[in-house]
Amino acid sequence: MTATCGLLPVLEPAEHEAHYEITDYEGARARWCPGCGDHSILASVQKLLSAEQLTPEQTVFVSGIGCSSRFPHYLRTYGFHGIHGRALPVATGIKLTRPDLQVFVVMGDGDCTSIGAAHWVHALRYNVNLTVLLLDNGIYALTKKQTSPTTPQGFVSNTSPEGGVLPSLNPLSVALGVTNASFVAQTAEWSPAHLYATLRAAYHHRGLSFVRILQRCPIYSTAVYQAAVQDPARIALLVHDDGVVVPEIEKIYKSQVAHDPHDLAAARRIADATDHIHLGVLYRDPSRLRYDEIRRVPPRTAEERLTLIDAELDRYAV
Amino acid sequence: MTATSSPVAPVATRLAEHTIEIVSDSGEGAQKCGQIFGAVSAKMGNGVWTVEIIPAEIQPPPRIPEGASGYRIRLGAGTVTNWGDATNLALAFNEQVLVARHRLGALAPDAVLLIEDKWATHEDADIRTAWAEAMAELATRPYRIIPVPMETECLTLVDNARKGKNMFALGILACIYGRDMERIKEQIAHAFRKKSEAVYEQNVALLELGRNWAEEHIDFRIEVTPAPMTEPLVVMNGNEALGLGAIAAGMELCAMYPITPATSVSHYLSEVFERFGGIVHQAEDEIAAAGVAIGSSYAGKVAFTVTSGPGLALKTEFLGLAIMTEIPLVLIDVQRGGPSTGLPTKVEQSDLLAALYASPGDAPHVVVAPATIEECFHIMVTARRIAEAFRTVVMVLSDANLATGVTPFPRPKGDVRWQADPIDLAPVPEGQKAYQWDAETGLSRRIVPGQPGGAYTVTGLSHDEGSKVAYSSGVHQRSSAMRSRKLAVLQSLLAPPTVYGDAEGDLLLIGWGSTKGAIEEAVDRARAEGIRVSSVHLRFLSPLEPGLKAIFSKFARVCTVEINYSDEPGDPYITEENRRIGQLAWVLRATTLVDIDCWTRVPGEPLRPGSILDAIRERTPRGGAA
Repeated sequence: MTATCGLLPVLEPAEHEAHYEITDYEGARARWCPGCGDHSILASVQKLLSAEQLTPEQTVFVSGIGCSSRFPHYLRTYGFHGIHGRALPVATGIKLTRPDLQVFVVMGDGDCTSIGAAHWVHALRYNVNLTVLLLDNGIYALTKKQTSPTTPQGFVSNTSPEGGVLPSLNPLSVALGVTNASFVAQTAEWSPAHLYATLRAAYHHRGLSFVRILQRCPIYSTAVYQAAVQDPARIALLVHDDGVVVPEIEKIYKSQVAHDPHDLAAARRIADATDHIHLGVLYRDPSRLRYDEIRRVPPRTAEERLTLIDAELDRYAV
Repeated sequence: MTATSSPVAPVATRLAEHTIEIVSDSGEGAQKCGQIFGAVSAKMGNGVWTVEIIPAEIQPPPRIPEGASGYRIRLGAGTVTNWGDATNLALAFNEQVLVARHRLGALAPDAVLLIEDKWATHEDADIRTAWAEAMAELATRPYRIIPVPMETECLTLVDNARKGKNMFALGILACIYGRDMERIKEQIAHAFRKKSEAVYEQNVALLELGRNWAEEHIDFRIEVTPAPMTEPLVVMNGNEALGLGAIAAGMELCAMYPITPATSVSHYLSEVFERFGGIVHQAEDEIAAAGVAIGSSYAGKVAFTVTSGPGLALKTEFLGLAIMTEIPLVLIDVQRGGPSTGLPTKVEQSDLLAALYASPGDAPHVVVAPATIEECFHIMVTARRIAEAFRTVVMVLSDANLATGVTPFPRPKGDVRWQADPIDLAPVPEGQKAYQWDAETGLSRRIVPGQPGGAYTVTGLSHDEGSKVAYSSGVHQRSSAMRSRKLAVLQSLLAPPTVYGDAEGDLLLIGWGSTKGAIEEAVDRARAEGIRVSSVHLRFLSPLEPGLKAIFSKFARVCTVEINYSDEPGDPYITEENRRIGQLAWVLRATTLVDIDCWTRVPGEPLRPGSILDAIRERTPRGGAA
C-alpha cells in the first residue's frame, strides 16, 4: 500500500515482505459476554484487515463508549476509544489531517443514534472517507438494559418497565434521508459470510460507508432479533452486481430482492419496508462530494509559511 | 452653541491624547467610519486603542438608545494601552444614540458633541419632541453641542444619505484631527475592495464634502502629535492576532462553531488559512469542533478550537478526554459576559474558574491569558509548544476587549522554530510504551498513528503506561500523579512575574487578561499622587507563575482587579464567610493562604483606569509617600 500525505515522511511498507495473518490483528482478549454478537463482528473485521493486507500501524479504529466501543482494544492497530457519541468528529479530524490512514469507526446504537445523532447526520453529509459500523443491539447494554432509540416499541427495559412507548428509530431511513450520504448497507452478525462481504464492500467505497450491523445481545436484548435468527424467511437479501452477492447463503435466505444500489428512491422504500429485514447494500454513490477531498490544501514547509507570514504582516504594517 | 463660519483655519490645540467616538443606528456605518479613523491614526504613528460599541441585535429599530452602534478611539501621542475613561468628542447620527452614551457615563463632562440636526425640524412631531427632550437632558451637563446638517449636506451629492453619511462624518473628523487624506482614501479603497470603483469614488466625494464642510464651519482643531516611530509596527485586533499567531505557530487546523465574540478569529482564518496550508473546519456543534481538533492532534498535529463561554461548557467532556489521553490541544476562549447567553458582545473575565476546573474528575491542564493584543499573537506560539511538549490541553483566555480592540504593536519577527516539526513517523523504539512517563516529570514522548511498532489504543478509561485499561487503585493513583506533575514541571520553568512599580508598598493590585493597560495606567496615576501602589499581571493561571507569595509579602494589602462578579461587602446577607469573591482572588487565596481582597465589576465594558484609581484610593492611606 502506498500512502502519500504531502510532506509527511510516510513510510512505505517494504514490498510484501510482511504478510499479515488474521492473528496479526489480534489485540487484547475480547471481554464481551459469551454469545455476544460483537465477537463475530470482530472476527469478520480481522478477516477483512488480513484480506486487504492493511498495515496495522496505518489503520485506526475509533470508537465511542459502550460495549461495542471496546472494539479497538481487541485489535492490534492504532485505536482511539473516546467518549460517548463522539467517535465521528474524532475520526473526521484524523482523516482531515492524515488522509494516508485507513480510519474505521465503531459505534453502538445509543452512541450513534442517540447521544451522537448530530454527528452521525453531519458525518454522513461530510462524506469523509471513513468505514462506519453501527453495532446495533437495540439496547444500552454496558449500563445494564435501558431503552435505546432502536429498541423495539413495547420492549421492557429498566427505563421502560411497561415497555418502550415510542416506535423505534430506523437508522437506515435516517441515513438515507441525509443529503450527500453515499453508502448505506445493512447486515447481521449471525450471517458471517454476508457480514464479511458487506464490510468488504464498505471498505472499498470511497466516501463514508455506513453499515448497520444487526447484533444480538445475549444478556439484555436476546428477543430483539430472535425471530429473525430462527426464521430465515423473515430476512430478504438485496442482490445486485454493484451490491453484495453471497451465493453461499442464498440457500438459507430464499427471499431475495433485486435492488440497484444507485436507486435512492428504491433504497428508501426498502429501508421503510416492514415485511422483511433487508440485508445488503441499500445505496451507493461513489460520485458524491467528499469533504476530505475538497478541503485538502497544498501543504507548506516552515520556511514557505514564514515567507507568507511576512507578506501577511505587510497588510497590517503601520 | 452652534458652529461658526471661520474663513481662517483655527489654531490647533495640542493634546497628549483625545478620545473620540462615533455612534449611529446599526447599519449606518459608524463602525466603518471609526475603524478607518483608527487605522489611519495608527498608520500615522499615533497610539490607538479602539472599542466597538455593539447593540445586541443586528438591525434594532432606528432611533432607540439601546440600538447605539459605533466605535470609540482613544488617540494618543504615545502608546495607548486601554480605552481610557471618557469620550472627549462624540459624533452622533441621532440624538437618541447620543443620549444613550450620555446615560452610560461614556462622555466626559466637557465633551464636544457633534450631532446630525435634521431631527430638530423633522416632519414627525414625535421625533421633534424626542429631540427636544434629549437636548434638554444633554443640557444638564456642560457639553459643547454642535449641530451638523449631515444629511442636508450629503443630499447635495447623493440621493440616499443613509449610505455614505459615515464618510461625511469621517471627513469632519479628518479635518478636526488633521488626518492624512491619502491614507484615508487607501483605507476606504481597502474597506470597499469588494465593491465597484463607483462606490469608492462616491465615498471619497462624501469624505471630501465632510472635510470641506468642517474646514468652513468647525472653529477648533485638535492635534495629537504622533511620537516618532522607533521600530516597525503592525496594527490589528486581538482576534486577528490570535489567528495570525496560530499560523506562525505552524498550526494547520482550526475547528470551530460560530459564537460571539470568538467567531472573527475564524473569519480571519477562513480568508487566509488555506494559503498557509491550514483549514478552518466549521463543525456541526461546539462538541464536534473539539472532537475534530482532538482527532487532528491525535493524528500528529496540534490543532486548535476557538470558542466563548457557552462553547467551553459544551466542550468540557472532550477536554477531559484530551487530558486523560495526553493529546495536545489548544483551546481559545474569547470570554464574554455570562452566565448563559449573558452579554454576548460585551467583555467579561468570568470564565476563569470554569476554564481551570472545567472538566469532571482531576483534569490538570494549562491556562494562559494574553494581556495585550500583541500577546494574543505570541501566546499562540507558546500555547502550541506547551501543548506539544507537555502532551496536554492549553487554554488561552482572551476576551471581547482584546478581540475587537485595535492597537499597534511591534511587528513580530517570525521564526521557523515557532512552528511544529513535521510529523515524525519513525518506528517506535523497541519496548517504548504509549505513555513512557518519566518518573520525575510525568513527561513522555507522544506516538502517532503510522509509526510502526506503536499500534496503541488510547482510551479515556484509566490506563497504565501501555495504555492498557487498568482498574487497580495503584495505577490510577500513579497515572493521576504523572498527569498532575507536568504542571509543576511547567511551573518550574517559569519566571516569577515582574512587579509594575516598587517591589513593596501599601497595595499590590493583581490582574490577568485584557485589564493590564487600565490597571497600570491607574497605578501610574496613583503613584503620581504619592500612593504606594504597584501591580502584577499574570499570564499563567495554571500553573500559576512562581514566587507569588514572596511578592505579596512585601505589601500591606493585596487586591485582585477583575471583570467578573463578586459580592459587595455590606450588601444584605453578605458576610465575610459567604461573600463570593473575584475568580482570581479565589484561586490566589487558595494557593497562597494570603488574605487577598478583590475589586471586581461587571459593567459590560472594559474597566476604566479612573475607576481602578478610585478603588486604589479607597484601599490606601492618603498622601502615602512617607
